[in-house]
Amino acid sequence: MAQTKKANKALDFAAHLKAVEALYPMFQILDETGKVVNKDMLPDLKDEELVDLFEKMLWSRALNDRSTTLARQGRLGFFAPTAGQEASQIASHFAFDKNDILFPGYRDIPQLVQHGLPLHKAFLWSRGHVEGNIYPEDFHAMPPQIIIGAQIIQAAGAGIGLKKRGKQQVAFTYTGDGGSSQGDTYEGFNYAGAFKAPVVFYIQNNGYAISTPRHVQTAAPTLAQKAAAAGIPGVQVDGMDPLAVYVASKAARDWAIAGNGPVLIETITSRFGPHSLSGDDPKRYRDQASFDEWDKKDPLIRMRNFLTEKGLWTEEKEVALIEKYDEEIKEAVKLADQAPKQKVSDFLKTMFEEPTNVIAEQIEFFEKKEGNK
Amino acid sequence: MAQLTMIQAITEALDIALERDENTLIFGEDVGKNGGVFRATEGLQEKHGEDRVFDTPLAESGIGGLAIGLALEKFRPIPEIQFFGFIFEVMDSVVAQMARTRYRMGGTRQMPITIRSPFGGGVHTPELHSDNLESLIAHSPGIKVVIPSNPYDAKGLLLAAIEDNDPVVYLEHMKLYRSFRDEVPEGYYTIPLGKANVVNEGNDVTIVTYGYMVREAIKAVDVLAKEGISAEVIDLRTVSPLDIETIVASVTKTGRLVVVQEAQRQAGVGATVMAEIAERAILSLTAPIGRVAAPDTIFPFGLAEGDWLPSVTDVVEKVRETVNFD
Repeated sequence: MAQTKKANKALDFAAHLKAVEALYPMFQILDETGKVVNKDMLPDLKDEELVDLFEKMLWSRALNDRSTTLARQGRLGFFAPTAGQEASQIASHFAFDKNDILFPGYRDIPQLVQHGLPLHKAFLWSRGHVEGNIYPEDFHAMPPQIIIGAQIIQAAGAGIGLKKRGKQQVAFTYTGDGGSSQGDTYEGFNYAGAFKAPVVFYIQNNGYAISTPRHVQTAAPTLAQKAAAAGIPGVQVDGMDPLAVYVASKAARDWAIAGNGPVLIETITSRFGPHSLSGDDPKRYRDQASFDEWDKKDPLIRMRNFLTEKGLWTEEKEVALIEKYDEEIKEAVKLADQAPKQKVSDFLKTMFEEPTNVIAEQIEFFEKKEGNK
Repeated sequence: MAQLTMIQAITEALDIALERDENTLIFGEDVGKNGGVFRATEGLQEKHGEDRVFDTPLAESGIGGLAIGLALEKFRPIPEIQFFGFIFEVMDSVVAQMARTRYRMGGTRQMPITIRSPFGGGVHTPELHSDNLESLIAHSPGIKVVIPSNPYDAKGLLLAAIEDNDPVVYLEHMKLYRSFRDEVPEGYYTIPLGKANVVNEGNDVTIVTYGYMVREAIKAVDVLAKEGISAEVIDLRTVSPLDIETIVASVTKTGRLVVVQEAQRQAGVGATVMAEIAERAILSLTAPIGRVAAPDTIFPFGLAEGDWLPSVTDVVEKVRETVNFD
């Protein structure tokens, strides 16, 4: 009799779902007003580091705002807005080392620039110029990945490579909530898990994949729990809370470096703007209330309040900084404007290490054509 | 020189590659302890260690990402896709990622990856094991496609593919694995990629072919010789890029061309060979170009292979038709 009862319990699917969801509570340190709600988990950051983190977030917002304008003026090409994701993007990147390898998605330009990509190159990438993707050997990143999920399996592969080389570094990579539905995303988690590779995976859950809301992607109540399918730790973090994102990221990196394998971090965040500036209008699928609700959760508000409370921030300082960032962005645009016109013959020369006969023939043809211009 | 089957020649090439360069890594489904489903990697893990020759989870796409990530860490990956019919799972990694990495990063990164994969009909495999899908890759820029037809070529081409600093898809015809032995030199040697081989010299007609169809074409040469037709047979060896020079030289000499492929008429690289000749040597032609290819259906059910796959008879008939055209 007792045995039957036990078996029935094992088949209580509703209880099972609840129990699983309970394993992935939202991790938060700062609330919407910037008040510390989880004192024990405050990061071990010095005052100047906290200020540095906030300045980088402000820079990211300024970059988003100017990029939006530049894109509307036709001075940038492809641009995926980032406003709202400063904690998710900047505070996560803040936990990594320069030698860690970044595999960004197409929205992850701020991390790429923070990792060392000169800003004018980011603009050239946006416009569609190869110069934007020419990375020096010691710059540990790949260009923004357009194929959603591909960066995940590649980061897993790079992590396995780092482990084989015995390097004390990790690979880290980002996708969105929609990207969690891709096969490559699961395969990447699973490969990194099976090889115990040092990789930190991010799902930046901003609620929408273009117009498709998060609940259409999966019945799973959290995306962090997708980690369980790979047998790796998963954590759901308040993606509007820079301190929580930083702490989770740092812990994940430490865990991976120590040889324990990968970690998946889901950041619950929002994009204040459209999916991209290529014609998306979020008013078609999101109501104003949704924007208003998320505006209150702005990561800049809580970090600003937190620092002001500590006597580390003033409005004057912020105004001056934004001016400085705007100036830097203007300079970067000027630099991007100076990039030489791209030549088909140069493209042909980078297809293979040594041009094949067929390619050599085409190089000759295009060089002649280009010379005649 | 040893008498080796093609699969033995492949194993020997892999062994040499592992020995020569500590960055070479072999991985895939069941390639480690098991030595591969065809024994192509037999004994390699035991000899070179689990760090160099290892099994992966069953996910082709993941294998592609693994190869790319490892290449970024300066390894020289030699992944295996168990059967080329499974390439669809990993098409993005192959044609949209590794094939374009050098280009998209302006030559600052490279992908020295050699993907090995068996394919080819005549051995009654289950579905999607034997399909001739070489053109899917051959039509994609940034990647080479190599298809050996004998043990000697198999070893030299594989070593050249591994040495190449750009991605190569190296396709191994299952019916050629153990069907005959050939003299294969010991030690390291390479056969340049992109170079065809004139396997039989002739004056009346050029037969351009690759893979298992090279065997059928050679059989056809003997039949045709008895009828007084002298056929020149070109084994492409690399189907992308094509060795256009060798093909043009031959057609200029013979004035007639027949392309022979195992793939369906709408697939393969036969059409590309025909187009190149039409563009470069049409005035040398004394007859329309002939084509031997499989019917435009899905690859056949096992028991129907005999009726479906092109054979020596098809080659002989098409050559006669071309030679007798007036």
